[in-house]
Amino acid sequence: MAETALSAPMVKALSVTKRFGTLAALDDVSLEIAPGEVVCIVGPSGSGKSTLLRCINQLERIDAGAIWVDGELAGYRQDGGRLVELTDRDIARQRLASGMVFQRFNLFAHMTALQNVIEGPVTVLRQPKAAAIAEAEALLARVGLAEKRNAYPSELSGGQQQRVAIARALAMKPRLMLFDEPTSALDPELVGEVLAVMRDLAKSGMTMVVVTHELGFAREVADRVVFMDQGRLVEQGPPAQVLGAPEHQRTRDFIAAVLS
Amino acid sequence: MTERRAQASVFDPAILSLPRVGRLHLGRWLSAALMLLALALVIKAFADGDIAWKVVGQFFTAPAILGGLVNTVIMTICAMALGITLGVVFAIMAMSPNLVMRGCAAFYIWFFRGTPLILQLLIWFNLALVFPTIGIPGLFSVRTIDVIGPFMATLLGLGINQGAYTAEVVRSGILSVDHGQTEAAKTIGMTRLTTLRRIVLPQAMRVIIPPVGNEVVSMVKLTSIASVIQFSEILRNAQTIYYANARVIELLIVAAGWYLIVVSILSLGQIALERHFAKGRAGAGARNG
Repeated sequence: MAETALSAPMVKALSVTKRFGTLAALDDVSLEIAPGEVVCIVGPSGSGKSTLLRCINQLERIDAGAIWVDGELAGYRQDGGRLVELTDRDIARQRLASGMVFQRFNLFAHMTALQNVIEGPVTVLRQPKAAAIAEAEALLARVGLAEKRNAYPSELSGGQQQRVAIARALAMKPRLMLFDEPTSALDPELVGEVLAVMRDLAKSGMTMVVVTHELGFAREVADRVVFMDQGRLVEQGPPAQVLGAPEHQRTRDFIAAVLS
Repeated sequence: MTERRAQASVFDPAILSLPRVGRLHLGRWLSAALMLLALALVIKAFADGDIAWKVVGQFFTAPAILGGLVNTVIMTICAMALGITLGVVFAIMAMSPNLVMRGCAAFYIWFFRGTPLILQLLIWFNLALVFPTIGIPGLFSVRTIDVIGPFMATLLGLGINQGAYTAEVVRSGILSVDHGQTEAAKTIGMTRLTTLRRIVLPQAMRVIIPPVGNEVVSMVKLTSIASVIQFSEILRNAQTIYYANARVIELLIVAAGWYLIVVSILSLGQIALERHFAKGRAGAGARNG
């Protein structure tokens, strides 16, 4: 990663804290992600890994610290000596830098696969419909679902829905893709097809942050693995190191529990 | 238990060839017979009663009745259109992050649901007593009595009252849509209002339509109370006729017949709308995970 160390980080989180009531879901978390890097975040449930992802694209507001995405400070603009909160519209624009894939897919239930994919480009980016459809068809082909373009989400399997969701996120041409436990809601035999699409995406050079319990995928695809516990970043490093020879007892316990 | 198990152990494949006979459904036959009997008695009572059916037929298409029917239908459409528009606007306001908007919507719903409809109609109709003229100072001014006649007073009364109820229906529809849909819309860069228009409301329609259909049906009949402020809808015109010719029941039957016809047509329309907004909800083929 010598080359990435030179360029500006795609994501930079600095001392981020997020509280839900009295619980600190994120407690002074700092993290940098380089362009083109694939980072897998692992950790027990409630460790704050999904919350970190949701803070990066501003689905959650952070209570302290700062996050930069693609060079822009998230949620605020600097005005002299003050940070001024951005408007709804500006935050919506900032979210375009990242695409998000959810555990529960969240495809728009009243739209077909194709309509789901073109919705953002047509409604938000104001692309001409014909061009958006052509691109959406190419994206659906890329995730192996060209023939399902007219199917509604309720007519697709979980694995197919998740692949459409990936196509929908890619249609916005994000600089960064966030995956929030993308295979956790899937039947075991459907996990592979979604991971295959993500593997291809990683090969194409997309910057990816993946919250996952699939340690095999992390070992194979990730440039770096981050282990979180109780809202804190416990350790990080190459997959072989963090997953193979973890420094911390908590990491060792977690890996043992997942593999058993 | 042990006895049953012992019997179940006799698995005789010969039963596969036995003919199967359905249940007798005695209750259904009995209730059908009773209903037919009751129906026959009612029909006989009306046939023997002092009703001049010829008069019913004669007035069914009388110009005054048809004119009233047209007014009833137009008022239903206009008042419902106003009610649904206000309902959607106030539902969105009620769910706004803006405290003033929320307060405004809460007051509107509280006030118009909390007072009787007939009282609201009377207030609109008598508005001229309080405000002899209305307008924007310096721009224009008109005499209230010229603007708010029976039609306008009925429209305002029914529509604004309806909006308060529809707002709650729309709000429940919006709440019925999974929050994940809103989050997904945000991640592709949609603002709050775009998300509502493109993603949430179309899915909320599935929940909104049945109760609103119910309210349209109820509105058709509610227009009749506007007879107290001289709006010439079908019931008022029927009354005007029977004050003159004393054929009370006959004209009420005429009005009842027309109400039933209008409501039946509307119910068919509701079925078509519900089918339209059920798309993507093909329950049978749904798979998950």
